[in-house]
Amino acid sequence: MKIGTKILHTGNEIDPATGAVSIPIYNSATFRQTSIEECGPYEYSRSANPTRDALEAIIASLEGGVQGFAFSSGMAAISSVFLLFSPGDHIVACEDVYGGAHRVLTKLFSRLGIKTTFVDFTDNDKIREAVRPNTRALYLETPSNPLLKITDLRAVSALAKERGLLGIIDNTFMTPYLQRPIEYGMDIVIHSATKYLGGHSDLIAGLAVAADVKVAGQIKFIQNSFGAVLGPQDSWLLMRGIKTLKARMDMHQKGAARLAEWLCGRPEVKEVFFPGLAGHPGKKIHESQADGPGGIVSFRLQTEEMTKKFLCKVHLPVLGVSLGGVESIISYPVTMSHAGMHPDHRKRVGVTGDLVRFSVGIEDPDDLIEDLESALRQA
Amino acid sequence: MGEMKRSTMAVQIGVGKDATGAMSFPIYQNATFSHPAFGQSTGYDYSRSGNPTRRVLEEGIALLDGGSHGFAYSSGMAAITNLLLLFKQGDHLVVTEDLYGGTFRVIDKVFARYGLTATYVDTSDGDKVARAIRANTRAILLEVPTNPLLKVADIRKISAIAKARGVLTIVDNTFMTPYLLRPLDLDADVVVYSATKFISGHNDVLAGLVVVRGEELGKQVYFLQNSVGAVLGPQDCWLVIRGLKTLGVRIDRQLENARTIAEWLSGHSGVRRVYYPGLETDPGYGLLKSQARGFGAMVSFEVAEKSVAEEVLKKVKLISFAESLGGVETLITFPAFQTHMDMDPAERERMGINDRLLRLSVGIEDAGDLLEDLGQALGAGEANV
Repeated sequence: MKIGTKILHTGNEIDPATGAVSIPIYNSATFRQTSIEECGPYEYSRSANPTRDALEAIIASLEGGVQGFAFSSGMAAISSVFLLFSPGDHIVACEDVYGGAHRVLTKLFSRLGIKTTFVDFTDNDKIREAVRPNTRALYLETPSNPLLKITDLRAVSALAKERGLLGIIDNTFMTPYLQRPIEYGMDIVIHSATKYLGGHSDLIAGLAVAADVKVAGQIKFIQNSFGAVLGPQDSWLLMRGIKTLKARMDMHQKGAARLAEWLCGRPEVKEVFFPGLAGHPGKKIHESQADGPGGIVSFRLQTEEMTKKFLCKVHLPVLGVSLGGVESIISYPVTMSHAGMHPDHRKRVGVTGDLVRFSVGIEDPDDLIEDLESALRQA
Repeated sequence: MGEMKRSTMAVQIGVGKDATGAMSFPIYQNATFSHPAFGQSTGYDYSRSGNPTRRVLEEGIALLDGGSHGFAYSSGMAAITNLLLLFKQGDHLVVTEDLYGGTFRVIDKVFARYGLTATYVDTSDGDKVARAIRANTRAILLEVPTNPLLKVADIRKISAIAKARGVLTIVDNTFMTPYLLRPLDLDADVVVYSATKFISGHNDVLAGLVVVRGEELGKQVYFLQNSVGAVLGPQDCWLVIRGLKTLGVRIDRQLENARTIAEWLSGHSGVRRVYYPGLETDPGYGLLKSQARGFGAMVSFEVAEKSVAEEVLKKVKLISFAESLGGVETLITFPAFQTHMDMDPAERERMGINDRLLRLSVGIEDAGDLLEDLGQALGAGEANV
């Protein structure tokens, strides 16, 4: 079955009891038991809920893992996965990671005795050099946020296997429609499902998928003990969003490719980051592991001043944080997505004041170009 | 008008807060917020950091509890976990010994790994609490009354001891709700709820709440709520708000039913012991009366043998055998095998959470119908005596 079809037909999309083609929203906290010897399939919704179960089965199936987990936000998914580690453990993470993940690693997990080294994940040697005897995991995004750098998933997975590390990837930018990291040997896939999977900027959700049963058991324990679970209404909305994932992503990519090309030809634009562009350094690796470039385009204008003026003049895209919705969203990473990152670190990785991140929506690309052109002229 | 009564505050949550005049505050099913212009914000950027529906709930619970900041989480355990993340390696907690099994599990199996240690004491004895405080103790975590044995701690006394030692007092107020008990008024620092229970009251939502008093603590908790992101979704926030509107009438009725049932159980020959702090013979009666405006709707009782407890669970018809509590429907639970399964069996037995103990969460059904159901279920127990 093609992934585009599987998105709609994983086998978990029908309510087993009634045949309803939309899974019911089980707004139930507890479940009546009939036997004291044996608990029924459901006991308490923090531990398992039928609506959440269906969603968790769908994402596990799409990512090709053994079990899926739904959390109350992408950060709750990331935090819950990091809670697999213990004091003294070490993580090697990609340096231009999402600001929220950077914040939780450097300000919370460091306090719990878990240290992180941030390196450029486009360079396999640098990753290898950063691995210490107490390293437990490699954590990455590819393409990365916001500079869309590409990590070689096969190489990272091989290194993880060789050194007995967990390979953990935030697959938010790609979704399983475009990239299925477990196929290349990654152990845990995480999503901020708020973004493309939900796709409508109308819910906050996180997902995790484990490639093997042992890791799945560990995540399940944390999910249940910590209880940062996704509610049934949001679980249902997310399943509803996933149904149109292919149609939306196809259009996001088409629009993003047009815009990236167009931006390259503009004199106001200094640099364009998009893994679908011919000159992108990671293009070849990306194409070997993903089925498309995705819908995010980042770019630098000539000066920081111009960038700020430009952002004041755009009308059609929403100026705000987040990404992956059907409506275009334009962000200023320095004060938005990467505000959680230390300024020195931001500068080192190139998240500077001239940078714009554009989450290309499914509007007609001509209208987007017209709006951007007018804003660039006034910048 | 003086300070509103708590039932009024609860009914009025969200009223007058929406621009359209809607009586029921809207569900902001929304992830991100458009900035009016570059460098400007409406006060909302991203729903993990702040959502209008969640804010109404958070401000509402803060008002009800007399605190300065409220926080809503995806479950009661998410709320407790967030609070435990305030501490670091080497810190120590003093904790109620017969506390909710989920809290015990997360302290014992997860936070222990991060170097947080805990001493479990009978918090109904203030002197034992004082003796358990060490140089590295950072917080005292109390449930009042405790789950499932309904022991009562002296919040005022313990808070005073804690303050003198620079230790935080955290009260899990799930069983009482701010309608009956306001721990911050008794000088506790933090209140935490599984709002799944009495606060929402309909067994239809999972939620956790935290209330604190003071800017610094408010900031620290907000940092964790936003960074870890275990926030409550807008639909669920709305359901909790909706539940809070009937908090007063629900609890009033639940209290009445609980007292009737506790008294009836006390006179039943098949029942060995009744735990309900509203009975004048209960050791916690006087103390809870001095701290709270009612005794809650949780009633635990011990039957003669495990087999009798099992019979009761099999025979109840109206009353559902299910985990959780605090809903409008009456539930019965077998703590040793459900809520407190993660505790060491010997410890459980020592405290009295044995295989003969049943816990009732009394709902708002007609009391006569509940007694009839309990009567037919306990019939076999009576014959055994």
